Amino acid sequence: MLDSQLVMYDEDHRRILAVIRKLVQSAHAKGIFVVDRNGQLMAEAGEMRGIDTTSLASLAAGNIAASGGLAKIIGEDEFPVHFHQGRRDSLHISTVGRRAILLVVFDERSSLGLVRLRVRKAQTELARIFEEIEKKSERAGGSAETPFAEITDEDIDNLFNS
Amino acid sequence: MSFINYSAREINCKIVYYGPGLCGKTTNLQYVYNKTNPDLKGKMISLATETERTLFFDFLPLALGEIRGFKTRFHLYTVPGQVFYDASRKLILKGVDGVVFVADSQVERMDANLESADNLRANLREQGFDPDRIPTVIQYNKRDLPNAAPLEEMRRLLNPRGLPEFEACATVGKGVFETLKAVAKGVLADLRTMGR
Repeated sequence: MLDSQLVMYDEDHRRILAVIRKLVQSAHAKGIFVVDRNGQLMAEAGEMRGIDTTSLASLAAGNIAASGGLAKIIGEDEFPVHFHQGRRDSLHISTVGRRAILLVVFDERSSLGLVRLRVRKAQTELARIFEEIEKKSERAGGSAETPFAEITDEDIDNLFNS
Repeated sequence: MSFINYSAREINCKIVYYGPGLCGKTTNLQYVYNKTNPDLKGKMISLATETERTLFFDFLPLALGEIRGFKTRFHLYTVPGQVFYDASRKLILKGVDGVVFVADSQVERMDANLESADNLRANLREQGFDPDRIPTVIQYNKRDLPNAAPLEEMRRLLNPRGLPEFEACATVGKGVFETLKAVAKGVLADLRTMGR
């Protein structure tokens, strides 16, 4: 279910990173970001260190949510691919399954055609990984595997006193 | 819903400030932003019209500290309060973990408060949530105004379930952090039950 709690373990993160690092190379991208549809950054790769990724993730999710709303009004399910062309850098945004968003930033070293082509393959791989993460999250949700079952009122209070 | 990232040892939660137009949702976020240590906050984003009315949402990422070795990060959002932005409000409620309902204490805004509270429940249901189970805190804002309705009356109309509630004057910060803490506590307590 889309609204279930999402839990990402180290191994999941490593698998996502492997896919997007490969995509940076094959698409000649500047930066690649994987964002949860609720606006949380999940993984990043490329040379764009130091940019405000929290805002990037939130706005990308807002963008996909808004365009999804537009799509429904005209009878589409969603618009799975978005392209924003800038003077120097451009942004290719695509949805991955029902859970994630893939953002690719590229400049004149690449082209829209190449990015589109390479994204398609990566999307399939990422969709598979997310399906597995979701299945695992659903299983973990009902068990005591998460460390938060043990949170005490004191833990919560301490958070605000520190 | 909350996102637990074992790789970064982070818990990410989403809190939405809801309420009628001009009740002070953005003002709450602005106060939190202005009073928070720069190390603990990210950039505040406001997607607003030229007259500073919220068009889509305001967004403020906040780090509260660690709990059981996990960094707790709260993403605070506001919705546009004006009635005709309902489509946007629904989108912002997606994946919400906790809600702050900001009520405008002015007597003449009581209908708007009730309409917005009904709208919140309807929109939560539409997103697949049970409105009675989402951690919610009520804030009675603008208590300093001369035309503020009696607290008892507001409580009767807007908080029949006896949810945590706070009187506030968001422009000067009264009640702002108390409200935020209460909703964050509710969300974390909810996380605990989910882990069981």
